[in-house]
Amino acid sequence: MADPAPLDDQAVFVDQAMEHMPSLYSAALRMTRNPTDAEDLVQETYLKAYRSFATFQQGTNLKAWLYRILTNTFINTYRAKKRRPEQADVDDVEDLFLYHRLGGLEAAAAGRSAEDEVLDTFTDSDIKDALEALPEQFRMAVLLADVEGFSYKEIAAILDVPIGTVMSRLHRGRRALQKALFELGMSRGLVGEREG
Amino acid sequence: MTDFGPVGPPLGPVGDCGEAVHRLYHFLDGELDDDRRAVIQSHLDNCLPCLDAFDFEAELRAVIARKCRDQVPDELRSRIAVAIQHEFKARGLAEGGPPRDGMSGL
Repeated sequence: MADPAPLDDQAVFVDQAMEHMPSLYSAALRMTRNPTDAEDLVQETYLKAYRSFATFQQGTNLKAWLYRILTNTFINTYRAKKRRPEQADVDDVEDLFLYHRLGGLEAAAAGRSAEDEVLDTFTDSDIKDALEALPEQFRMAVLLADVEGFSYKEIAAILDVPIGTVMSRLHRGRRALQKALFELGMSRGLVGEREG
Repeated sequence: MTDFGPVGPPLGPVGDCGEAVHRLYHFLDGELDDDRRAVIQSHLDNCLPCLDAFDFEAELRAVIARKCRDQVPDELRSRIAVAIQHEFKARGLAEGGPPRDGMSGL
């Protein structure tokens, strides 16, 4: 049997793990889409992490380890198992979809680009809602890569899927998000369909 | 594929724009090996349209990351601190060390 964790492990855990709470809480909100569930999910994650902290290998990525616990807890507790892979309808979304529709080159020549200005008009809620509306598998991939900055390898370990699956979900998830932001911009008259 | 859709400007005159756009996300994700990264970087140094498109995608990602932050409720912070303190004390009373659930490190 392994040695029990030293009695001061609480201090070590608090010192190392608590600083990740803001990003874990934000991720939990995107996953559960519900503040009460998000709080419970984060608390459960910290308790599980503390209980198994002795198995964490110091020097490896603590944030990724915490995310794996968060993700497993979410999957096991807060949603029913999915029998079939989810779909993201992005077959009509080409490369650089949003960029091409938000102005493109001519505006860039004038300094600050028109497309960056449009991005600034999206509120925090706009972006959060668009991300939360993505099917779960795609949402998780985009969240872990684009919001949290994990590598493909780390995301594969967190989600326990092959790297090729990570890349595929990320590819489709990003396209779906661009499409959602474009449609939001259209509904507000910020962007329009441009003629070539 | 060199046709990037029905709208927007054609991408630039220098080098392989199709290759650059194809690898755009791997480039921005830092997932290219040094040689491939250098090829794309060299293309971007010489192709303003691709550079502009890459800048947009990088800015979009920065906006998404920046706008998806939430304030942790103070009540949650204290609730978790109390729960861990409670767990710590319970452990001190129990014999045989802390419970383990076999989570392996990454």
